[in-house]
Amino acid sequence: MMPLLSVKDLAVRFETHDGVVRAVDGVSFEMEEGETLGLVGESGSGKSVTNLALLGLIPSPPGVMSGVVHFDGQEITKLSEPDLRKIRGNRIAMIFQDPMTSLNPLLTIGRQLTEVLELHKGMKYAQALRQSAAALGEVGLAEPEKRLAQYPHELSGGMRQRVMIAMGLLCEPRLLLADEPTTALDVTIQAQILELMAEVQKQHGTAIILVTHDLGVVAGSADRVAVMYAGRIVEEGPTQDIFNSPVHPYTKGLLSSVPRLDSDTSCELSSIPGSPPDLAEMPPGCAFAPRCPEVQPECLLTQPDLLSSGSPQSRNACPIASPRASREASS
Amino acid sequence: MSQPLLKVQDLTKHFPVGPRTIFGKPEQFLRAVDGVSFQIEKGGSLGLVGESGCGKSTCARTIVGLHPATSGSVRYEGVELTSLSRREWLPYRRKIQMIFQDPYASLDPRQTVAQILNEPLKLFGLGRPRERRLRVLALLEAVGLNPRHVQRYPHEFSGGQRQRIGIARALAGEPDLIVCDEPVSALDVSIQAQIVNLLSELRERFDLAYLFIAHDLAVVRHLCERIAVMYLGRLVEEAPRDELFKNPAHPYTKALLSAVPYPDPEVERTRERIVLGGDVPSPLTPPSGCPFHPRCHQVGDVSGDRCSREVPALVHEGQRSRACHLD
Ligand SMILES: Nc1ncnc2c1ncn2[C@@H]1O[C@H](COP(=O)(O)OP(=O)(O)OP(=O)(O)O)[C@@H](O)[C@H]1O
Ligand SMILES: Nc1ncnc2c1ncn2[C@@H]1O[C@H](COP(=O)(O)OP(=O)(O)O)[C@@H](O)[C@H]1O
Ligand code: SF4
Ligand code: SF4
Ligand SMILES: [Mg+2]
Ligand SMILES: [Mg+2]
Repeated sequence: MMPLLSVKDLAVRFETHDGVVRAVDGVSFEMEEGETLGLVGESGSGKSVTNLALLGLIPSPPGVMSGVVHFDGQEITKLSEPDLRKIRGNRIAMIFQDPMTSLNPLLTIGRQLTEVLELHKGMKYAQALRQSAAALGEVGLAEPEKRLAQYPHELSGGMRQRVMIAMGLLCEPRLLLADEPTTALDVTIQAQILELMAEVQKQHGTAIILVTHDLGVVAGSADRVAVMYAGRIVEEGPTQDIFNSPVHPYTKGLLSSVPRLDSDTSCELSSIPGSPPDLAEMPPGCAFAPRCPEVQPECLLTQPDLLSSGSPQSRNACPIASPRASREASS
Repeated sequence: MSQPLLKVQDLTKHFPVGPRTIFGKPEQFLRAVDGVSFQIEKGGSLGLVGESGCGKSTCARTIVGLHPATSGSVRYEGVELTSLSRREWLPYRRKIQMIFQDPYASLDPRQTVAQILNEPLKLFGLGRPRERRLRVLALLEAVGLNPRHVQRYPHEFSGGQRQRIGIARALAGEPDLIVCDEPVSALDVSIQAQIVNLLSELRERFDLAYLFIAHDLAVVRHLCERIAVMYLGRLVEEAPRDELFKNPAHPYTKALLSAVPYPDPEVERTRERIVLGGDVPSPLTPPSGCPFHPRCHQVGDVSGDRCSREVPALVHEGQRSRACHLD
């Protein structure tokens, strides 16, 4: 069977004054229906640009995009802008970190929701309004009819995020791109929103790409994890495997830098020395080499490819490192 | 016991909001900090946690004199700070320093690192120009920056390095207390760990006390001996670190701890989570009685409608304190 989404050799570069920024550089992955893929990595590693590229939303100029994306049996990288617009917010929906950037501050919540239904489902206003109220109720907003008449600034951050999710799910998308959907929220509200997204996914079989820098969120929500570094996926696999036996030195470093509520407070946190490379001045060879504790001379020569390793579901882009046996053994 | 380094008592900070009446009086006050008390010993560290908007930053800014207090007291080695004039503040400005969340916004982009670090030295009259130049290099070394980069501008550094510059600036006057407001929240995990380690090393080396604000409980746990939990302008619980994490006593603390995502799929799959209903109420219209009562999962365990009628006081018992009507 064909996967719901297949991304092949996706690349996005921005031609800026400081040179060519390779924001995404040869990203490939697949997704099945109902699955959650956690996309993690440091800020600037290309997570958001990857998501925007899937929707054909890279501003051009300065952006230039290449690669092939198949969605639901269709090559969407070949579609025209009007055809893409029919997919966005409909079969593929997005939720962003800051709801204020995607909610129009000048329009009521009701107006923004009904517009989506009128556009994609050809509904009449009255029916769209009823459906919108139902959608707000479904995401746990009290008094949905009253909310429809309100403007975004009249709601709290958590409520706005729920409106965003309601809007994202209005047309029952097959794929939901959630870019840091809970980063701006407090942990108690974050727990509500993540629970809500999981419920919706179970009901509708939605596939979710969950972009986040919070490894705790990924551990709780993702079936699979892809780790990005400097525009490339450096490791990918089932969540359990990534956390229990990471292979790539960056993944290992990332996991051990996270302070945990049960970690030993008497010793230092382990950290990765240095900082991520400048995407406009990438070194040849492995991008992680300047920070890598396991670096070898050959790492500086050629860029390693993302290859299957161990199980068929796992891939990593480091020919040198061996897996960390298990957390217990290493600590 | 000797007197604490910092003693905060019944501190309140209310902001006037909305239109004013014809008499020029504001119609409404936002109670950002509403009666907060705690103390920090010399070389001690207190972590202040709570949801966004609960008043952590306002509390910090009021303590360091960036906001005038509405009422209450802030004593530094016994000296009342809230009634000091600008001039009288100067020696304390040297002893109490602040580090901010956003390393980008808190540094002047037109100044070199040398100028940024020289400024507090000059302000506090520390040394002649030559000595100050050496001191600047020593500060850079202390925070792990290359002294050769002393003529660079902030934009030439990464986020983590900029936070190191902010820390060096805070260290310049040889402070006793550093108020850290979310100093690592804007940084990536791998960089965040570097800065947390640096802060903990500097504390040992210079015998610093920290008031440390962060929303990441695991970070706070790593750096602070005591933890205070704030909700809607008030402290709801304060306890030694390990006791708070092992045995939280306030329902809000319990919910907060149970909501922290855990970077371990097995733990996440099996743990019980208290998912609170509702949103954080606005400090403009705080609920009656216990500020947490509209969201509290244990409100039923208190007899009658006491939770919605009566504000629970912060009650001390041994090393810990809690503000809740539960037995
Ligand atoms: N419109 C643009 N013009 C130039 N460069 C861009 C543009 N959009 C993104 N970039 C660059 O692309 C790179 C990747 O950005 P992206 O936002 O995808 O990273 P991210 O991993 O999602 O980061 P964060 O976690 O901070 O959101 C960055 O170096 C960014 O500066
Ligand atoms: N200068 C100000 N004027 C009016 N309200 C303010 C001001 N500064 C902060 N507040 C309000 O005070 C409350 C507490 O804010 P803050 O101390 O910044 O919270 P935190 O740091 O915990 O996020 C918030 O509701 C905020 O909007
Ligand atoms: S390829 Fe070499 S430098 Fe890159 S992660 Fe592997 S060991 Fe480190
Ligand atoms: S006083 Fe009542 S409402 Fe407040 S935290 Fe305690 S039990 Fe909950
Ligand atoms: Mg992003
Ligand atoms: Mg704050």
